[in-house]
Amino acid sequence: MQGDLRSMASRVRPGMCLALPVDYAGVSMAMTAPLIQNGAGDLHLVCVPTGGLQVDQLIGAGLVGLVETSAVSLGEAGGAPRFNAAVKSGSIRLRDATCPAIHAGLMAAQKGSPFMPMRGLIGTDVLRHRQDWRVIDNPFATEGDPVVLIPAIHPDIAIFHAPMADRSGNVWIGRRRELAAMAYASSQTLVTVERIVEQNLLADETTAAGTLPALYVTEVAQAPRGAWPYGLWGEYPTDTAELMRYASAARSAEGFADYMAGQAKVQA
Amino acid sequence: MTLAPLPREILICTIARLLDGVRHVAVGASSPMPAAGAMLRRALDEGQAQVRLSILGSVAHNFFTNGSAELFDSAGQGRLDAFFLGGGQIDGQANVNLVGVGDYPQTSVRWPGSFGSAYLYFTVPRVILFREEHTPRVMVEKVDFISAPGISPPGVYRPGGPVALLTSKALFRFERDRPGFVLESLHPRHSLDELRAATGFAFAHDEDPPVTPAPDAATLALLRGRVLDELEETYPAFAADWRRELAAHSLA
Repeated sequence: MQGDLRSMASRVRPGMCLALPVDYAGVSMAMTAPLIQNGAGDLHLVCVPTGGLQVDQLIGAGLVGLVETSAVSLGEAGGAPRFNAAVKSGSIRLRDATCPAIHAGLMAAQKGSPFMPMRGLIGTDVLRHRQDWRVIDNPFATEGDPVVLIPAIHPDIAIFHAPMADRSGNVWIGRRRELAAMAYASSQTLVTVERIVEQNLLADETTAAGTLPALYVTEVAQAPRGAWPYGLWGEYPTDTAELMRYASAARSAEGFADYMAGQAKVQA
Repeated sequence: MTLAPLPREILICTIARLLDGVRHVAVGASSPMPAAGAMLRRALDEGQAQVRLSILGSVAHNFFTNGSAELFDSAGQGRLDAFFLGGGQIDGQANVNLVGVGDYPQTSVRWPGSFGSAYLYFTVPRVILFREEHTPRVMVEKVDFISAPGISPPGVYRPGGPVALLTSKALFRFERDRPGFVLESLHPRHSLDELRAATGFAFAHDEDPPVTPAPDAATLALLRGRVLDELEETYPAFAADWRRELAAHSLA
């Protein structure tokens, strides 16, 4: 069950769909460099429900063909420079969404349903540009009631970072339930954790409630401070200064390359 | 003597006023002033009514346990009374654009994206549009991309929508029936001529619009004490900057 980051990354093949979590939920930044070294490109990223640094770096490395997201930004550090440049040059395709639509697509996959209906969206350009979404009349209403159908999202691989896992591959996700939703919907789930604990997380009711069972987990690897420069809830805060350093460096393709080379040197 | 209210304090107190009567207010990412306004509302109502806050990115001021979907689920259930939206562009029909300038998808300027706006604008009864920058490039005649529409045709499920637009210059209320914005008040030291020049859409107004009221001394004390302390957890940089501004003005 316990792997290393390089071998985990090798599961990613060209053209695959990856589900990645929002910046505050537990981003496996530790997997970013191994994913870039692995080199599988033309990836379809599903941001749950928004993307940040990891998405920007995968785009900057030229590995991304399509981004499905409600937003991409570096939060307090501003816009995501490689994402913005890629949109401007047209080098990536976009599926702009809204947060609950991403959750609805994953929820449909979780239930094994073909789609989920959701409110809102009618009259937006978000809906107008989504050829894969449908509007139907609510069949239970007595009068016309348009409602949007979001097809199930089935990622090939979900990747995230969490505080701990046990020797059986159960992963503690606390109240970050979107991590479970990603795992339910995906064919494989790769998790990095701060630490591997000896006790079984399902043996204690207190930890069991917040645990993603090993049934949904393909591989776990230990990566201390694996969300850095993002923070990890209950563990450490976001390193905003580092995010700002990246935001400023990655304004140009050359600056991005230098920053990433510098990171690789630190990690080697 | 109490130090005169700073421009940001007038905005925060106006937000608290717009939140009068709410039971549950949520604040999205990177929104220090809406967060402060919501905290002030809670402090003002203490002992009379319970105001619940869900501040994204905060641990102390967020009670959700079901991941990032729960905010939207609670809005869909009708449990969320108020929310804030910004916008790279906002037009006279209260349409909001959070995506970019120019022709989608290859926009010449790209902003992060629509976030939850295409849902929350429909489901939250009291949406407050808050954007400090009040210039013709933000307050436009017509947005380039509709992340979320100000109004919907009859037959579309729409319990929610915009009630007000607050900027660094003025406060407007939104009239759904016309539809359009009505100038409610100008903030101190701003004129109607200046506002007209800075606004790309037409709006209704009195010939002599009132000035946005300043907070009283008790409210100001609450704001500079408890609210500023509470805000520090989620927005340390904003809180520090505010404290610096207060210190500079008290020396002046």
